[in-house]
Amino acid sequence: MKNGHITQKIGFSALFGCMLITMFFLGAIIYFTVVRGIGAISWGFLTQVPRSGMTEGGVAPAIVGTLYLTAGSILFALPLGLACAIYLCEYSPRGFFVNIIRMSINNLAGVPSVVFGLFGLAVFVKFMKFGISILSGSLTLGILVLPIIISATQEALMAVPHSLREASLALGASKWETIRKIVLPSALPGILTGVILSIGRVAGETAPILFTAATFYSRRYPDSVFSEVMALPYHIYALMTEGTHPEKQTAIAYGCALILMVLVLGVSAIAVYIRQRQRIQNA
Amino acid sequence: MARVKEKAIRWTLAALAFSSLIFLVGIIIVLFKEGLPIFKAVRPGDFIFGKFWYPTYDPPEFGIFPLIMASMWVTLGALCVCVPLGVGSALYLNEIAGFKQRSLLKPAVEVLASIPSVVYGFFGMVVVAPFVQNLLKLDTGLCALTASIILGVMATPTVCSIAEDALNCVPNSFREASFAVGANRWQTLTQVVIPAAGSGISTAVILGISRAIGETMTVLMVAGGSAVIPKSFLDPVRPMTSAIAAEMGEAPVGGLHYHSLFAIALILFIVTFVFNIIAELVSRKFRIRLGQSG
Repeated sequence: MKNGHITQKIGFSALFGCMLITMFFLGAIIYFTVVRGIGAISWGFLTQVPRSGMTEGGVAPAIVGTLYLTAGSILFALPLGLACAIYLCEYSPRGFFVNIIRMSINNLAGVPSVVFGLFGLAVFVKFMKFGISILSGSLTLGILVLPIIISATQEALMAVPHSLREASLALGASKWETIRKIVLPSALPGILTGVILSIGRVAGETAPILFTAATFYSRRYPDSVFSEVMALPYHIYALMTEGTHPEKQTAIAYGCALILMVLVLGVSAIAVYIRQRQRIQNA
Repeated sequence: MARVKEKAIRWTLAALAFSSLIFLVGIIIVLFKEGLPIFKAVRPGDFIFGKFWYPTYDPPEFGIFPLIMASMWVTLGALCVCVPLGVGSALYLNEIAGFKQRSLLKPAVEVLASIPSVVYGFFGMVVVAPFVQNLLKLDTGLCALTASIILGVMATPTVCSIAEDALNCVPNSFREASFAVGANRWQTLTQVVIPAAGSGISTAVILGISRAIGETMTVLMVAGGSAVIPKSFLDPVRPMTSAIAAEMGEAPVGGLHYHSLFAIALILFIVTFVFNIIAELVSRKFRIRLGQSG
């Protein structure tokens, strides 16, 4: 029996060790981006255009570009995702076609992000002749987050109790009226959480915009959906791999990484907060 | 009138619901259409098993074996990191940690999952690579080992959260029965809980593999980029994803190089597709075994 106790102690410590190492990496990433990035951040860094071949000035066009791409992709994916989730949950939960749709959603979620980039390049940039542009990038990113939005919405819809739907139908409301006035409003916080999480995901994606939207150096802000843009994640990559002043560029890259982290983690924090508040309300 | 409207809405939603299927099929068509032309110039066997990747030389060589090997090495290395860390963390979270620890650690793991891949790559370049270089006295820290570490850490939250879901599915009555016959917590964990959650945990590992194979930015930034067949973990390598990302910008549209990169993407797609299907089948079986449907 004594032996068993010792084994248990060793085993539990090993598992605790795994957790500890995981947390160590999280801590290290956050520590380095914050400590080394904070020095680069200033009002000018956030609001000015880059100067002297990317070694001075700010990264405002990259921040703006990321916001445009994110907004564009959500605008594209949200209506599609909502429609798809509503159909799957409310109209047709079973059946051959529905199974195929479910399977394609799951598989779309597993496609490597660089493959989305190639798809965007072949279809939006070349075939539809949108060029390397905000539009091409947003559509590509939109397809990438579509499965995330669908599954978040589905989960939110399924959490709405059946009694609510039945009560509404019993009062003579039609199916669509029930969905629009009863189901969607109660599922709203859940849907919102999903949308916010996908914002965080899109804002940080790099591979899909490599050949569909991003440009390294731009002193202008984009003026239409057909202009190419700078984007924060791509900018970090470009600063580290291109250009001729690695040291100055690394400092700027730290600043960009910090902004991106604040953006992405801040957005996720909002989602977690909404979810938490919802849970407390439901309890 | 109202009925017509109801029907119209239903059919509109049904049509929109097909969008993800259309996109998936679209991706498959594009990959085949743009990737297959390479096989008119290079035989499939030479393409996959060719040892030299010199797409821009004259005459060019399109052998992606070095890229495939690089992907495999880096993925295997990442597995060595993410399986112990991910499954270990999941076990700790679900079976050992108290409520307070859990409510702190679980969101922390989610934070790790939401860090963008380019930030992981950046962290790998500026922190981990110099560390590995100094520690092992290498010419460059940008090598398969560094890439494996970073990829492994990236895949850890994926593995952890799926494995944790699997552990959650194990009914408490299993644990209670085990305690009742006198087993301690460790024995219960290793002999009852882990076997019961086994296929769920393998789903987590398979999806972790799939994630690591398809990951682009980190390997592009950290793996070193040299397209030769790796001899050790300390060699710089160029996995398939990073070849696509690094070279597509310079490949002339419609040329052989362009088509060869799409063909690589096609192989990548098929591999991840197969892994995802296996994961789905395994997890379905797992749910049925534990008596849950769907």
